[in-house]
Amino acid sequence: MANEVCLRNNDLERPWLLEQYQSRGGYEQLKRILAGEITPAQVIDEVKAANLRGRGGAGFPTGMKWSFISREAPGQKYVVCNSDEGEPGTFKDRDILRYNPHQLIEGMIIAGYAIGATRGYNYIRGEFWEPYMRFQGAIDEAREAGLLGENILGSGFDFDLHVHLGGGAYVCGEETALLESIEGKKGQPRFKPPFPAHFGLYGRPTIINNTESLCSIPVIIEKGGKWFSEIGVANSGGSKLFSISGNINKPGVYEIPMGTPFAELLEMAGGMRDGRKCKAVIPGGSSSPVIPGEQMLDLTMDYDSIQGAGSMLGSGAVIVMDDTNCMVRVLERMSYFYYEESCGQCTPCREGTGWLYRVVSRIENGQGRPEDLELLEDVTRKIAGRTICALGDAAAMPVQGMLKHFRDEFEYHIEHKRCKVGA
Amino acid sequence: MSEDQTVTIEVDGREIQAKAGQMLIDATDAAGINIPRFCYHKKLSVSANCRMCLVEVAKVPKPLPACATPVAEGMKVQTRSPLAIAAQKGTMEFLLINHPLDCPVCDQGGECELQDVALGYGDDVSRFVEGKRVVMDKEIGPLISTDLTRCIHCTRCVRFGAEIAGVRELGATGRGEHMTIGTYIEKSVDSELSGNMIDVCPVGSLTSKPFRFRARAWELIQRDAIAPHDAVGSNLHLHVRRNEVMRVHPKENDAVNECWISDRDRFSYTALNSAERLDTPLVKTRGEWKESGWHEALTRVASGLKEAGSDLGVLASPGCTVEELHLARKLANGLGSERIETRLRQGDFRTAAGAWLGQSVTDLERCSAALLIGSNVRKEQPIFGHRLRKAALEGCDVSFINPLELEMNYAARQIVTPPAAMAGEVAAVARAAGAAGPLIDQAEVTERHQAIAERLKAAPAATLLLGNLAQAHPDYAVLLTLASALAKATGAVLGQLPAGANSVGAQLVGAVGDGLDAMLAQPAKGYLLMGVEPGYDLWDPAAANAALTQSGFVVALSGFRSESLEAVADVILPVSAFAETSGTFVNAEGTWQSFAGAVSPKGETRPAWKVLRVLGNLLDLQGFDHDSSEEVLAEARQQAEGRQLDNAPADAVTECRLVDAALTRIGDVPIYAVDALVRHAAPLQKTRDAIAAAIYINESEAAKAGLTAGMQAAVTQNGTRVILPVTIDPNIPNGCVRIPAGVAGTEQLGGQFGEVTLEKA
Ligand SMILES: Cc1cc2nc3c(=O)[nH]c(=O)nc-3n(C[C@H](O)[C@H](O)[C@H](O)COP(=O)(O)O)c2cc1C
Ligand code: SF4
Ligand code: FES
Repeated sequence: MANEVCLRNNDLERPWLLEQYQSRGGYEQLKRILAGEITPAQVIDEVKAANLRGRGGAGFPTGMKWSFISREAPGQKYVVCNSDEGEPGTFKDRDILRYNPHQLIEGMIIAGYAIGATRGYNYIRGEFWEPYMRFQGAIDEAREAGLLGENILGSGFDFDLHVHLGGGAYVCGEETALLESIEGKKGQPRFKPPFPAHFGLYGRPTIINNTESLCSIPVIIEKGGKWFSEIGVANSGGSKLFSISGNINKPGVYEIPMGTPFAELLEMAGGMRDGRKCKAVIPGGSSSPVIPGEQMLDLTMDYDSIQGAGSMLGSGAVIVMDDTNCMVRVLERMSYFYYEESCGQCTPCREGTGWLYRVVSRIENGQGRPEDLELLEDVTRKIAGRTICALGDAAAMPVQGMLKHFRDEFEYHIEHKRCKVGA
Repeated sequence: MSEDQTVTIEVDGREIQAKAGQMLIDATDAAGINIPRFCYHKKLSVSANCRMCLVEVAKVPKPLPACATPVAEGMKVQTRSPLAIAAQKGTMEFLLINHPLDCPVCDQGGECELQDVALGYGDDVSRFVEGKRVVMDKEIGPLISTDLTRCIHCTRCVRFGAEIAGVRELGATGRGEHMTIGTYIEKSVDSELSGNMIDVCPVGSLTSKPFRFRARAWELIQRDAIAPHDAVGSNLHLHVRRNEVMRVHPKENDAVNECWISDRDRFSYTALNSAERLDTPLVKTRGEWKESGWHEALTRVASGLKEAGSDLGVLASPGCTVEELHLARKLANGLGSERIETRLRQGDFRTAAGAWLGQSVTDLERCSAALLIGSNVRKEQPIFGHRLRKAALEGCDVSFINPLELEMNYAARQIVTPPAAMAGEVAAVARAAGAAGPLIDQAEVTERHQAIAERLKAAPAATLLLGNLAQAHPDYAVLLTLASALAKATGAVLGQLPAGANSVGAQLVGAVGDGLDAMLAQPAKGYLLMGVEPGYDLWDPAAANAALTQSGFVVALSGFRSESLEAVADVILPVSAFAETSGTFVNAEGTWQSFAGAVSPKGETRPAWKVLRVLGNLLDLQGFDHDSSEEVLAEARQQAEGRQLDNAPADAVTECRLVDAALTRIGDVPIYAVDALVRHAAPLQKTRDAIAAAIYINESEAAKAGLTAGMQAAVTQNGTRVILPVTIDPNIPNGCVRIPAGVAGTEQLGGQFGEVTLEKA
């Protein structure tokens, strides 16, 4: 039951070509829709029935997001795809862009049709040069074939799509910073509300979804929301791409049903390298709190299960660590990331991320003080929930998770000025 | 949702009323409930970045920023609950970790918002033991000092630039902790409103360069004043220490200047103690200037004036107070003369009209179509420029008819044409609007004229404004006649932007006569100059110099020594400058604003009204026994009673005097050249707007004369020849050359507009 949705064409030789995509029924759903077989309301109902939750990290129900926009509202509306893929550990959208760009394009056109938008943008991570070229090639092909642009396939429906290549800032993956960036401004999140559905790109109603979310749409329309929903489990419909990396034998992107046991995923990924012990897993990208290995091996890969263990499924980036890893060092590296990537506009994140990093770094380098752990926890509490965007929370959570599960390693570091594990 | 719907909310257990949709902080501010804040500023957009204003809202688990949370009926807010206080204190700690905390050596110490709030929300000991962030300072010009390590990233200065000044000069570059305020590419901050950034900066990151480290906030005494350089009448706070004006801040008045002032009003105080300040009477004996006592000087003046008798001419700056002008007029009348003039830069006196704004200051920002004729309003009267910009951002259709292209900070239609063609352009708009009459009937109407006319007609509130360039135009009377016809045809309000702080007051107290020609064409036997430097303050310095030199006796009341004055005067009486004297200005909209002296007169100087009163006594004239400036004011007001100003010209003038010449001079007065005080303000003279005398000419016109940038060239106007450098300026139309007036190097030239010839020097 793997590779049923976003990666379903990966077995083809060159699945990114229009002709190959069409050989598998590509763009047929768009044709049905444009022929009037399916109304916009039906599209949205189908997405709701699919129980598709946003794959960008927050897991917000996609169908509900779309229904916030009134199709009848006059003026320009936009569909924006978030291919910024900046969360450390995540590399799934890259594969969609490389191997299934047409399905994403089809999904975006359908989204445009559903909300009455005639313009779409795909914001691609700056470092993704090759996927960007691939995706741009697919757009050109689609436009050539009359699948994009004015009066698509003679239906009277217009939809055109543009790519915006990012500049390398993680924060530009945050939806409103992304919109600012497309507008040519500095990528800084906007205060919400208003949400993009009301005040989005250029101030117009906008839906913004992750690449994987949008890429799932054609399959949902083809096979029905119910079919998609039933692949997964309650509260977590469909299958999901997991980017699994770390001390394992076969790191990569795996598309498996929601609710699959982590142990199975680990096995697909070739198991632990050198047969070592699975010490800890970061289940949903670097922002999600770490989960100890033994506990993780009992969990299934879906929203509720991971949340129940005090973490988040996030973007589905699974980082597996064996017992050679020092958790202080791991946290130092992660804190450094948030310190560098904070956009700097709001006080708790701008000041707090630097503080967290410096204290962790001090501990790692043998300069820790006994009161530091208390301090770290207090600083995270003062960041979380008090910032403009979720990057603040994202910086706070890994620290909280590490101190919760691996406090002893930090204490050891402070006391002995070296790692507890022999790294 | 209607705008003025009222909702009831509960804050800290107290019910308060608020406007629906209003941000919580506005509602609590109105109710006198204090919520700490840094990034919020009532005149700027909400950015909600500092997180200092976090409060607890019932049913919301996270604290919310009061500055970005709209009120809703029944909302329950706790500003001092444990959750709110913890959030506020948390933010405070973050703000302080990288802050230098060296308040004793910071210029903002004692008036710092961070310091104030830290007192209530900060801890006495810091838990931050890491190295603090250091940011390199930037050089951004002569008015603002940067101390960027102190910056708390509230972005008020950035938003001020984008939203109020209308130029994005400062921005926040870099991410996270590396975010800094700067110009990105090394550059100065040049907006005419830039000093307000010092006020909006809550900490000591942006401070006043001229004031920096010269006094402590708690040593200063605050006195009120009215700005003396333009007709806005901005309300000021003068900060005084030991009888010295140390700095100038805006005094908030929403009807006039809101909470802003121009840089000109903010920094001109620096001239008060300049080296050129005159503080003892000067008397010329056998061609030699000698310092003298007041008694001797006054006796000499009295005899000179008596000699002149009814052949006395008074030339007074429109920046003189109501009291001074009233007494000057009375003095002239007492001697039998009616000749007094304050419209020193007016180019045409063929018709009489009362020049005033024609509406209130706040009306400017409510108009929906505006046509400005001969005005660079942004530099002439920065605060009016700001009001019009606000209107433009709300959709007001703004057009200009000017002899040179302006750098705009909002979208506007600009018709740029040589001075001699300006009347034709106004006539064309008038014709398009359906007016008829001489000039109008012959005007060639294009789409542009049609568009302007249509907007003016359709607008619910439209205005026509004549600015300084129109007033200085040799066909001002024609422009005014045409504008008046246009106003009638469109229903627009006809207004003028009077040049000086008291131009309107001068008219009300009768300090206007038959014009400069009447004063200067035939030299008078005697002249009284008040606040006038003949080379800089008059429309035609060459003609003025000629008349003054030939006159029998010239007495000047002046705050400064000046070569151009010393060349023509016989006695110079040192008078108290701005801030040293009491008085009254009537601003463009006709509001009378009085002020007291904030510091005592410098040196031997005396307030001009007292000097005039003594002169009246020495000359045995009636009615010069006032004990206070208030008494003078009361008398002046009585005189002004019933006088109404009307911008419509008394006579229609349609004969153009300025004919198409091969090369016509445009002699605008740059923003920092308008009066002696500004000209002596050193920091302002170092700005980019302190435009130097030069020949500004476009490339093709320069090529025709064989000139290139940087070359020295000779300008000849009315037979006077002056050498000036050439600057290529694409904003100048063909057939024109801009040679600013009021700046050093132009003292010998003729009228602000007129034919000139150029040749290589
Ligand atoms: C700091 C930050 C970075 C983010 N980066 C990404 C990203 O790279 N890709 C992405 O799809 N969503 C990212 N998000 C989530 C988006 O803000 C947004 O929720 C998402 O694009 C919505 O799409 P979905 O509903 O399909 O998940 C990020 C959020 C934050 C706070
Ligand atoms: S939380 Fe961080 S990244 Fe997000 S807006 Fe604030 S400073 Fe920027
Ligand atoms: S004042 Fe509200 S966040 Fe700064």
